[in-house]
Amino acid sequence: MSYTKRESKRKFDEMREMEAKIGIIPSADGSAMFRMGETVAIAAVRGPRALHPKFLQNPERGILRCNYDMISFSVPDRKRPGPARRSTEISLVTEKALVPILDLKQFPNAVVDVFIQIVQANAGTRCAGICAASMALAHAGVPMKDLISAVSVGKVGDKIVIDLDKHEEDFPEGATDIPVAMRSNGEVTLLQLDGEVSKDELFSALEMAKKGCNEIDELQRKTLRDFYKGVEK
Amino acid sequence: MGKIMFKEKDLVVPGDVLAEGMDYLPSGGAVRDNDKIVANHLGLVSLDKRFVKVIPLTGRYIPKEGDTVIAEVVDMGFSGWYLKIGGPYEASLMMKDVSEFVERDSDLSQIHNFGDLIIAKVSRVTRHSNINLTTKGPGLRKITGGKVISITPSKVPRVIGKQGSMVQLLKEKTDCNIIVGQNGKVWINGKNPEDELKATEAILMIEHDSHTEGLTDKISKFLESKK
Repeated sequence: MSYTKRESKRKFDEMREMEAKIGIIPSADGSAMFRMGETVAIAAVRGPRALHPKFLQNPERGILRCNYDMISFSVPDRKRPGPARRSTEISLVTEKALVPILDLKQFPNAVVDVFIQIVQANAGTRCAGICAASMALAHAGVPMKDLISAVSVGKVGDKIVIDLDKHEEDFPEGATDIPVAMRSNGEVTLLQLDGEVSKDELFSALEMAKKGCNEIDELQRKTLRDFYKGVEK
Repeated sequence: MGKIMFKEKDLVVPGDVLAEGMDYLPSGGAVRDNDKIVANHLGLVSLDKRFVKVIPLTGRYIPKEGDTVIAEVVDMGFSGWYLKIGGPYEASLMMKDVSEFVERDSDLSQIHNFGDLIIAKVSRVTRHSNINLTTKGPGLRKITGGKVISITPSKVPRVIGKQGSMVQLLKEKTDCNIIVGQNGKVWINGKNPEDELKATEAILMIEHDSHTEGLTDKISKFLESKK
């Protein structure tokens, strides 16, 4: 059976409705919220600040440390609080997705901490988290040469779709979810894939992800600009 | 011939292409990416001949030599104190750099103790981010009385105003002694708490409305109405 129509009535290359905000956490140096449909991620950035324990310090450049977690009420079944195998993995890939754009040479021995919390989850949480973290880093004034936007693409049944929701991820005939993060110039910084997909399908999915990321990038830039609107006068 | 994509004082976001071609040079807040110059910070564009730079609107305090800061003592060593100045690194205030005479083997906490707030000057910033402070100089001392409030370090120039016009206005209208540290800490010392509160409100108002025009008049009116 083929996948003919998305339950959410979206087109196959249509993303969910997005919303972005910055400056939502006053105590942090920078913060942002990114919503993609029913998936809501908030990110707080603290630093650059002194890094302890000392053995983690890098005297050549500052380091980035990401911490991703889901709030216990973010999913239908209660998520047991605290670090787990899944959140540790996502923290690590988020860090690796963000570090290529950061320029922390001028902060040796320091750390930039990024805390990502998923307030509400409906698939694509790591992508929403990366989008929020990227904006929060810009808001915190950390030197960075670009913004990162992320979206998941995948194969549901026999169709290539963008921005899968939970319902699609659990498609009975099998679904492949491919989270992709990229810079505004299309340089990929995150690509995860587990599932079955052919080479051609992967390339067409990545092409779709590129379009989606451009759209997200525009929203991120607009949000950051709007927050400081009127400053340029 | 290169091309500039933004005007002076335009708002840019990290990754925005500021200029194309090799005719321009990136300065603070901008980096070269092949033949393009891209913004490295969220801030305002500033053009100076061939130099393109971005003045950051956000971010932590980055110490510069000659800055007056308000620092808090967080640690003491054999030869001096370690102070928190709001930047990524702690600053050190060496025994030889304090205005008081320190006797041999004396207890350093007699001069500055944990939690003390000190008005100090950044005397040296090394490449390895060692920050040295000094309290030798006019007006540099330990803070007693009054209150200290925090503002975003990038808004400090607006609180001070052109040639100190804004802080002068605040001092006159509120009858408080106000010292603005470059690290975003402001010390307000008035004769009574009402004056201090008035000054606090005005400073927070400056921080909030720092981008609007005619700010001095606005603050002036605000302080008049509070009298």
